[in-house]
Amino acid sequence: MSTSASSTPTTLRSHSEPRLLEPGLERSDRIFHGLSTLTGAFVLLVTGGIGLFLGLQAIPTLRHYGLSFFTTVVWQPELDHIGIAAVLLGTLEVALVAMTLAFPLALMLALFISDYAPVKIKSYLVSAVDLMAAVPSIIYGLWGFFLLQPHAITLSRWLSQHFGWFPLFHVDTDPNAAVWQQSRYTSSVFIAGAAVSMMAIPLACAVMRAVFDQAPQGEREAAMALGGTRFGVVRTVVLPFARGGIIGGSMLALGRALGETAAVLIIISPAYEIKFRVLEAGTQTISALIAGNFGNATASQLSALMTAGFVLFLITLLVNTAAAVIIRRSRSGAGTDI
Amino acid sequence: MTTTDIETTTHDLSVTHRAASETHLDAVGISAWFSGTRVLEDVSLSVPPATVTALIGPSGCGKSTFLRILNRMHESIPGAQMAGEVRLNGDDIYAPGVRVTTVRKRIGMVFQKPNPFPAMSIGDNVTAGLALTRTKVSRSQRAELIETSLTRAGLWREVKDRLDQPGSALSGGQQQRLCIARALAVQPDVLLMDEPCSALDPTSTRRIEETIHELRSEVTIVIVTHNMQQAVRVSQQAAFFLAEEGQPGGIVEQGSTDDVFHRPQDPRTAKYVHGDFG
Repeated sequence: MSTSASSTPTTLRSHSEPRLLEPGLERSDRIFHGLSTLTGAFVLLVTGGIGLFLGLQAIPTLRHYGLSFFTTVVWQPELDHIGIAAVLLGTLEVALVAMTLAFPLALMLALFISDYAPVKIKSYLVSAVDLMAAVPSIIYGLWGFFLLQPHAITLSRWLSQHFGWFPLFHVDTDPNAAVWQQSRYTSSVFIAGAAVSMMAIPLACAVMRAVFDQAPQGEREAAMALGGTRFGVVRTVVLPFARGGIIGGSMLALGRALGETAAVLIIISPAYEIKFRVLEAGTQTISALIAGNFGNATASQLSALMTAGFVLFLITLLVNTAAAVIIRRSRSGAGTDI
Repeated sequence: MTTTDIETTTHDLSVTHRAASETHLDAVGISAWFSGTRVLEDVSLSVPPATVTALIGPSGCGKSTFLRILNRMHESIPGAQMAGEVRLNGDDIYAPGVRVTTVRKRIGMVFQKPNPFPAMSIGDNVTAGLALTRTKVSRSQRAELIETSLTRAGLWREVKDRLDQPGSALSGGQQQRLCIARALAVQPDVLLMDEPCSALDPTSTRRIEETIHELRSEVTIVIVTHNMQQAVRVSQQAAFFLAEEGQPGGIVEQGSTDDVFHRPQDPRTAKYVHGDFG
């Protein structure tokens, strides 16, 4: 029916099918359209290229070690005995400690900026948080090592003294010794996590604040007019509205924490063992492993490091994609760019 | 109706709680500013108990600002200031030591755009005020409060079988009546309505006007409206606001609705109520 209509223009068009319209693009529009498409494609190309590059590099290692690459605890290339079981665990532990510290702080900070701070200082606080995100991670590493660590180990010792019965807080030394072994408490997952949390906070806070600010004014006023306190407004309107943004922002920060390198490299002392004692000295993360070893690695060792990097890449990709999906699906995230 | 428990918990305002039909609301010498610009100058208005007072006037004359001063919503806007006194049964709601949350609980508000809490069910929306003010009620009291509030707002029959569905699933007119029910559930003495029908269709508007009629004997109502016929239909008292070019707004004329609309003293009032400007 429609084919005959197009060959003989005088006959009536089919009304049951949508008409094909020419896109009404001007020349300048077409040029800009082409350029922006190219830029978009470039981003995809770079990300895809990194994945492909790492994936290809990983093949020889995976072929050589097989599944034992994921189950071997130690990293001893000289003995041809390597795996990422311990470093993967260390990576997750540092990131989770960082998020445990960062999440409540970022949430409170974002709520303060959006709902409690006087209008006059609000914009300064927003810039301060942005500035916090702009501090190079090596600075946070130095801060963690020289300024935080000497004080944090006192807290570590206190925690292990009082909560040492809980495996997470246990440290393999006598916590009550008169002269306590400070070096057992330094360079731990906890201290590295604390430094990394400083980098996770601004990221999580920025997303959360952007979403809190979008909480509808009408609903805020409704809660106020019913006799609600500021906290009541936050609890009834802001938090339910921003749930997706809170989860998504935290996951973005988690993605950042998983990949953090410089600060972790400075603080931790490498240890390859499966352990959950976060206050105790020694751990290793994938990114610190790569940064610390690729300089003097042989070709096969380099491939092994790339494989570890590939695993990290996949994990962060997964976390960030999940974050983006959660934010976009939520009511609050519809207009939020992350 | 088991409202006594709820009422006894609201006693932290220095004034004693009376039946709504005895509530006097007096605004004395009210001025208002936004970021230093004066928008209202020396406005005084007495709202007698158990009446509906309509605030009319062209856009931008300060009616809504005045209304929001009556329950201290004005000060929630950054840069907003006010002067004067608002007396609820003789006591200034702006006096030091008076808690703003208590004021808003006793002087409820319905907004221009329906604003139910979308994450909450219809039932939870009605009792949202209780949760917000940390008022504890038993399960049976709660169910009763939901039914009475929705009945008073003229919505009970339409939603009684779907109280656990989200409030956002209702039509615009139903949402507005849900908001009225939500405001009534806190047992306010005064209900302020800021153009409650301007976003609604004629049928929903009529339903809300009927609701206002029925509420009148229990709650003192102040309503801002742009609809002259609506003001005539629902109110007993009217105040005509006007702001001259570049000047702060004020009341030109106030009195019984009948007088303001049929025997206006001021030529500007006559012009406005006959639809000549605004």
